[in-house]
Amino acid sequence: MRFMFKTDYEDDIKLFPHGGYIVTYGILLAFLAVAPFVLSSYLVSQMVFVFIYATVGVGLMILTGFTGQASLGHAAFLAIGAYTAAYLQQYNVPFPVYFLVAGVLTGVVGAMVGFPALRLQGIYLVIATISFAFIIEEILARWESVTHGNEGMRVKALQFLGTTVSRDSPSFYFLCLAVLALTIVGTLNLLRSPTGRAFVAIRDSETAARSMGVNVSLYKVKSFAISAAITGFAGVLFAHKLSFISPEMFTLQLSIEFIIVILIGGAFSPHGAVLGAIFIVMIDPFLTYLKDDVPGMIAAVAAAFGAGAEMAAKIQSNVAAFASANGLKGAIYGVIIVLFVLFEPLGLYGRWLKIKLFFQLFPLYKRATFKRQKIYVKSERNR
Amino acid sequence: MLDFVQQLVSGIALGCVYGLIALGFVLVYKATEVVNFAQGDLMMLGGFFAFTFIGILGLNYWIGFAGAIAAMALFGMLAERVVVRPILGYPQFSIIMATIGLGYFLRSIAGIIWGTDDLKIETPFSQGVLRIGSLVLAYDKLSVIAATIILCAMLYLFFNRTTLGTAMRASSENMLAAYYMGIPVKRVVSIVWAISAAVATAAGVLLAPITFIHSNVGLVLGLKAFPAAVLGGFGSIPGAVVGGVLIGVIESMAGFYLPQGWKDVAPYIVLLMVLLLKPEGLFGHHTRKKV
Repeated sequence: MRFMFKTDYEDDIKLFPHGGYIVTYGILLAFLAVAPFVLSSYLVSQMVFVFIYATVGVGLMILTGFTGQASLGHAAFLAIGAYTAAYLQQYNVPFPVYFLVAGVLTGVVGAMVGFPALRLQGIYLVIATISFAFIIEEILARWESVTHGNEGMRVKALQFLGTTVSRDSPSFYFLCLAVLALTIVGTLNLLRSPTGRAFVAIRDSETAARSMGVNVSLYKVKSFAISAAITGFAGVLFAHKLSFISPEMFTLQLSIEFIIVILIGGAFSPHGAVLGAIFIVMIDPFLTYLKDDVPGMIAAVAAAFGAGAEMAAKIQSNVAAFASANGLKGAIYGVIIVLFVLFEPLGLYGRWLKIKLFFQLFPLYKRATFKRQKIYVKSERNR
Repeated sequence: MLDFVQQLVSGIALGCVYGLIALGFVLVYKATEVVNFAQGDLMMLGGFFAFTFIGILGLNYWIGFAGAIAAMALFGMLAERVVVRPILGYPQFSIIMATIGLGYFLRSIAGIIWGTDDLKIETPFSQGVLRIGSLVLAYDKLSVIAATIILCAMLYLFFNRTTLGTAMRASSENMLAAYYMGIPVKRVVSIVWAISAAVATAAGVLLAPITFIHSNVGLVLGLKAFPAAVLGGFGSIPGAVVGGVLIGVIESMAGFYLPQGWKDVAPYIVLLMVLLLKPEGLFGHHTRKKV
């Protein structure tokens, strides 16, 4: 295994702790650079969604993962970004301008949500963000002069430097990739700055952070604003990718999906947001694939075990009927969430770290390294 | 004036519905400090169980009602054992996510088993209205109001007067200390989930004539019951009912006097304002943590 000697603080906060990282990320970037020209257009389109979800995931991670403030209202921030873009676009505002305006406006709204949230903890904060999202959803549906209400809004193709960037073109793919990459690098830089340290301190113990001189209110509002602004940027891309937006797209369901992104990916590193985004975007096609192919496979297995042709056909049709039952997707979703919470609270990226550590320390790996402490004593009510 | 009274009464009836569901939230929160996002879905499942006993098997209404409550109490214990117990002691947010997952699961399983149509149970309260002057009250709504009052009083006495209730409050304050004092914390938690599932079932069955039973009924009503519980200050049983009635009255008044669209958001706007002014809810306690 590799031993890393850190001789000063700069060593400790380096983005790439050793050369291996540069090689791996270089390979990943090279793959991403050729992907839109090699992969099928369907896969490329899915990858764009992965980038957008991952951007939101990173934004949410700053708030939930690093500052410890849960939010079930991020769909509303996404909606504000998307609607700002769609509205300004009608007046031929150039893309870079409305992109920035959407982000800044969402950030301001985020700060406005952050102020009341200062006094709220835990479950109350969750409820407050849900309420906020409901109110925004209703405003979008009722403010017809701006949002066209439930009819929704068309979003024209993106115009940039005189060229039209269609939503399926490689250029749009690279735009989303660039936004994601900038967000991740920005977040990593933020986290190794005093601001990021303050966020983490607040997450770990608000009272302790305050007594160390951290201005808790200021940093909480900052965290809300930054998180919302990132989500707003993602919202612009989301609007362009879908080319049509309406209020019923930005429901509680979507907010829960964003939480699932960081829950399943792992809420302590941008890697987690990307893995979680891949999961949430790819689960639909994957389930469709299972629905189409698994009944046939099961029938084939049954036939191999000596079931008659008639029997096998019957099994196949039964399994197919079960698999296409309405709402099976929800059940699978639910089971996956519960399993992750119970068995892998650190998410997919946490699992990867464990596997990596297992091989690094080969005979000496201890499961207890990653064990979370259970606290039965403290009541969160008294925080 | 008559309009106002009629709106007020129907708001109270609606509010009792929310209060009844909110009672379930509060029970679990009070005893274990777990927020159960699947509470509405437990209610939905209770409704479906009752439909199976009464509508399909053709049992008497009261026997079916009791059967559904017993079955759901067992189910509540099962859910607690499988989903909640392994993560007790972890941050609240993990448990919220786990119960959201449980809710997803229950909704879609119920949809697969019982289909997606609206189901209806014939109850003794389905028909008939009570007239007081020119005020009209349907029996099904009255039954909800009566049940809410009775259940609230029973649970309040249970928590404040019985040994088991005291044990539940103790384990919510400090699980470890309660354990040292000889309280079987695991069994207490299990019992409280059973009670809360039973209360949810009672809500589901009483609501069946009003809202019908379908797989999303729990999600819709659960999201309205949440503000009710928060408004009352999550840990208080009378608070849940008062919060529920407030939300119900606000909703029905907003639907009648304000332009269209306010009806759905008014409860949330009021909730946000209450949280701003009094973050611990109307009946909550506020304490500061020591480092």
